[in-house]
Amino acid sequence: MRAEAPLGKRTPSSIPDAPNRYKRYSIWLFGIIVVLLCSWRSGVTPYQLVVGLPQMGDLLAQMFPPDWKYLDKIWKPMMETVQIAIIGTTFGAILAVPVSLLSAYNVIPNRWVAGIFRFILNLVRTIPDLLFASIFVAVLGIGPFAGVLALIFFSFGMIAKLTYEAVEAIDPGPLEAMTAVGANKLQWIRYGVVPQVMGQFISFVLYTFEVNVRAASVLGLVGAGGIGLLLNRSLGQLRYDRSAIIILLTLAIVLLIDYGSSRIRRKLL
Amino acid sequence: MNTTTLKKSPWSRIRFSLIALALILIYWWAFSGIRFEGFQEMAKTVSAAILNGFLHPDWSYIYLPDGEDLLRGLLDTLSISILGTVISAVLCIPFAFWASANMSRTRVISVPGKIVLSIIRVFPEIIVAILFIKAVGPGAFAGVLALGIHSIGMLAKLFSETIEGIDRGPEEAMIACGANRLQILRYAVIPQIVPAFLSYSIYRFEINIRSATTLGLVGAGGIGTPLIFALDSRNWSRVAIILYGIIILVTLTDLISGWLRKKII
Repeated sequence: MRAEAPLGKRTPSSIPDAPNRYKRYSIWLFGIIVVLLCSWRSGVTPYQLVVGLPQMGDLLAQMFPPDWKYLDKIWKPMMETVQIAIIGTTFGAILAVPVSLLSAYNVIPNRWVAGIFRFILNLVRTIPDLLFASIFVAVLGIGPFAGVLALIFFSFGMIAKLTYEAVEAIDPGPLEAMTAVGANKLQWIRYGVVPQVMGQFISFVLYTFEVNVRAASVLGLVGAGGIGLLLNRSLGQLRYDRSAIIILLTLAIVLLIDYGSSRIRRKLL
Repeated sequence: MNTTTLKKSPWSRIRFSLIALALILIYWWAFSGIRFEGFQEMAKTVSAAILNGFLHPDWSYIYLPDGEDLLRGLLDTLSISILGTVISAVLCIPFAFWASANMSRTRVISVPGKIVLSIIRVFPEIIVAILFIKAVGPGAFAGVLALGIHSIGMLAKLFSETIEGIDRGPEEAMIACGANRLQILRYAVIPQIVPAFLSYSIYRFEINIRSATTLGLVGAGGIGTPLIFALDSRNWSRVAIILYGIIILVTLTDLISGWLRKKII
């Protein structure tokens, strides 16, 4: 990703042409027109920015001091948020195992099978977690169960994608050796594929868990359980001191889980 | 991990059982907290209605001559994410230079920059969005601000890592020729980081368009607003067409931005 200038290798004959000035100007012009069109379409103007930002300051001022006593009441929903994330990630990961094997070209040589599963995965991953959540709330009613289901689908898409890419990158040597001694497909997967991707798989699951804790903390905004419900309520009641403590606790929990999980991940890889 | 020692030491066995015990406790705790009330009594009929809606999407909603329709909603979402990305791409530049260790003489300057960026990153953008909605009222403006501010965290971090990885050669050559700091920045630093900067901004745009589709669920403009209305009124054929629209929009932008990024780098 880094822009490495090949200075040392440059010989007089390979000095690049000067960049085309008109091309550059037209790209800039195009960009400016796009931005203007967007701001016209969404009705967002610099004027609003000047008027709006001081109001932001007012809001922040109302948040302090945070209502520390409220901490007792929000502890349980906060834990529910973490529980939603744990269960959602786990079932998502379980579902992802067979699908990621079926989407890897080196496990399933048939391009059609893997292609279909990849197509499904791509579809699932275009849908954001909150969208899943609001659909499940409409089906199952308000509550953490809808959040769990939303996170199952969301983590399934993410873990399966990361895992099939890891499966495709494994060393083919052990697999060839096993084929040579006549292992069947299940043995082949159990002793050839699984040991090579296990560490990465656990690391993907932990990473998804980190993402899911963040996601779970806002699922309540659409009614899918967890701390977001209280955040929504406190904002509706204009109790910004309570919102502040909810946000602070969420940040603390997210940071703590990120820290723990990234330490475990570093050990695994 | 993946050690292939044939004889397992007793320690590894103890460690394994401790990890297993911890996992069992965590799961026991997690499942005890969530009450699975089971499906709503009418979940079956609702599911049938949903399936029916998804098989027969509301095609007429794609374009309505008057007022809100799918195309306009998607266009709003697209505009919000473009504006949000542009704002964050501009705002992230000073943050990125602040946080990169090689742009200042002491770490005393760059370390606080990195801390500020990680604080910005921990805030989920929906929370940023509802704060902006509270401050400036519901609508696209709150969404643009939320994306613009939240994206700074990630963009400036990636960008500062690029700055830290630049080749010092041109800079030293320019110092030797007696260039001042601004000239060094302009001719030795910026040309090296522009491609990565563009590529990261486009990548962030991909993420932003996904977020922009959900911003409307909390009232920050875009396609999410008609979606939440359709969900509330259980108009499943309309939910279906909006969802299809989102899938197509996200897939298209992924394809285009992937192509652009490949061209840039």
